[in-house]
Amino acid sequence: MFPLAFVGEGKRVILKYFAGGHGIFRKLVDMGLNPGSEIFVVRNQMAGPLIISVKGGQIALGRGIAMKIYVEVKE
Amino acid sequence: MKEVVIALIGNPNTGKTTIFNALTGLRQHIGNWPGVTVEKKEGELEHKGIKFRVVDLPGVYGLTAYSIDEKIARNFIVQEKPKVVVDIIDASNLERNLYLALQLLEIGANVVIALNKIDISEEKGYNVNPEKLEELLGVPVVPTIASKGEGIDKLKERIAKSLDKKPPIVEYPNFEPYIKKLIKVLEKDEKLTRQYNLRWLAIKLLEEDSDVRAIIEKSKMRDDVLKTLIDVFNDLHKKYDDIELALADERYKIISEIAKKAVTKKEERITFTEMLDEVFTHKYLGIPVFFSLMWMAFKFTFDVSAPFSDIIDAFFGWLGGVVGSGIGNDALASLLRDGILAGLGSVLVFLPPIAFLFLVFSWLEDSGYMARAAFVMDRVMHRFGLHGKSVVPMIMGFGCNVPAIMATRTLEDEKDRILTILINPLMSCSARLPVYALFAGAFFMGREGTVITSMYILGILLALILAWLFRGFIFKGQPSHFVMELPPYNKPNWRTIFGVTWTRTEKFLKKAGTIIFATMIIVWLLSVTGPSGYLGSNALESGELLAKSWVATIGRALEPIFKPFGWDWKAGVALFFGFLAKEVVVGTMGILYGVGEESLPYALASSSAFTPVAAFAFMAFVLIYVPCVATIGVIKQEAGTKWALFALLYELLLAYLVALVIVLMGGALL
Repeated sequence: MFPLAFVGEGKRVILKYFAGGHGIFRKLVDMGLNPGSEIFVVRNQMAGPLIISVKGGQIALGRGIAMKIYVEVKE
Repeated sequence: MKEVVIALIGNPNTGKTTIFNALTGLRQHIGNWPGVTVEKKEGELEHKGIKFRVVDLPGVYGLTAYSIDEKIARNFIVQEKPKVVVDIIDASNLERNLYLALQLLEIGANVVIALNKIDISEEKGYNVNPEKLEELLGVPVVPTIASKGEGIDKLKERIAKSLDKKPPIVEYPNFEPYIKKLIKVLEKDEKLTRQYNLRWLAIKLLEEDSDVRAIIEKSKMRDDVLKTLIDVFNDLHKKYDDIELALADERYKIISEIAKKAVTKKEERITFTEMLDEVFTHKYLGIPVFFSLMWMAFKFTFDVSAPFSDIIDAFFGWLGGVVGSGIGNDALASLLRDGILAGLGSVLVFLPPIAFLFLVFSWLEDSGYMARAAFVMDRVMHRFGLHGKSVVPMIMGFGCNVPAIMATRTLEDEKDRILTILINPLMSCSARLPVYALFAGAFFMGREGTVITSMYILGILLALILAWLFRGFIFKGQPSHFVMELPPYNKPNWRTIFGVTWTRTEKFLKKAGTIIFATMIIVWLLSVTGPSGYLGSNALESGELLAKSWVATIGRALEPIFKPFGWDWKAGVALFFGFLAKEVVVGTMGILYGVGEESLPYALASSSAFTPVAAFAFMAFVLIYVPCVATIGVIKQEAGTKWALFALLYELLLAYLVALVIVLMGGALL
């Protein structure tokens, strides 16, 4: 398992868990990012925010928060 | 006739505003939710003899009460109990949108679903079957394409028919025994039973929702409820690490089952959005594209609005002349001509550029580009302690700081928002350009472009530096996390765009307009009167007379402060006037030097009042010192009196400091 921030463009991963407090993660869950969901990394320029696609919608995520989202490569 | 209250809710970017407009037409009322700066929109709708009051709730993803928006939406549904809650669902993003729908059903809301954007979902290769969805969810589902007005009549009909429907109950298999156990205890409190949906209370207790916990604290069954809750938690914690996430998982499982049955997927297609994003969010192209789009936006705004402004200006000049010459009494004529009409004129001259700026920005927002702009600029903004979303208000500030500060409402975090508001006046608004042009023309012939550009760059640099300082000392910590949906690009929906433009322009007129107007009259009064009494309207034409007025008194009082820069009392007067609207500085200089605006540069250059260094310092001072009254007014409205005073104070100090540095450095170098 590794942070979402390290996943390259065009890769598909599964969200495993959130590291750290509640707060902001509730909003992510409301936006369709719950553990178990499949994430497609649309943009990751290794600096600045990422763009991911989840449940058919696109979300921009700051690098800080992407470091706290742990994912696993989809088999 | 009794009014039936219904509410409109939905995720952001689902076309909620368009549906709201389509339902209510022009019968809308816009205000704020009590105690917060979140906009509250209400409208009227009549259908087959029933009168509805439609309340537009903020766009939210869930009802966890994590943000102010969610709190407002949730409290309204729980406490006001609208007869119907219309949930607008983006068909092209069904699963995520249904999450909110499930939460609405938990509260026990009488939900009617508007399945919007079915055209876009088809373009994306999805086919959502509304009848199937209706059957699976147990609530009315009306397919709509709000941007084309399709399905709106049907929606009205279904709303009217659903008024006394009983909403279905969504069961969460893994949690049912625990929910039932809690309900059994809760129902012993009749007051709770009457006021709330007990199922919802039970679910929220499981999620450890603090608001619901507070409700229970006041219940007579408090002790029993909490005891049961502890038992339940003991059980549940054996199975789940995080019950809240487990419940979310349960909801998404149900949703995914529903989606499987109601959605047929055709082949995946590369959409228009994906193609555009290849360029707009590109690592290297993103930022240049952003700056060129902004440049085009301003070019359009100023080019298109200039003739309108000229016409308004000319009209008020002419009207003032006619009115002035028609009235015998000099004081009265001057009040009308130089006070009221000139004041009105100076407000209305602002109107065309602002309206066009709003128009362009509303279009960029509606199209979906603004979210990309925030994404592209977040990297840069973050470095200075700002949020990606801060970039839009900052850019708008180049047009006018008043709407720019209003646009900070898109920032959810209070600290981020106030920080963005505080630095906004440093973005050099269009009213400051005439001042730069005058002084650059008078003292830096042949290098005007460079000198004027340097002012803009100075403003941006100071804004970024101050943002960094304020973040370090006042708003400690990091900017809030950047989380933002990137909606698909939209074809322009002109009804919505014009609607938004109009409401913003109207607000500008009401807020800024009245302040500018009132100040203009006060300044007029101070100019035509002096310690010796009424000076006559000629005071506005002749420098000699004006020298005896109250404004001159003020100018002289200010003179010692400006001594280090070598500016005389006239500069002080001009700056004083500039407080109301910065381009007034030019007009005032004209009056003080007794020449028209065309020959003013020569008059300035040949008088010994300014050296080039002093002139450069003066330009910088105009850039930084007090924001105009309208801006202060809007800061007060958006951030409170305390921050408005703070902005005023820090800008005065900063202006003084920067001018001093320029003069000292200039003196040392030349």
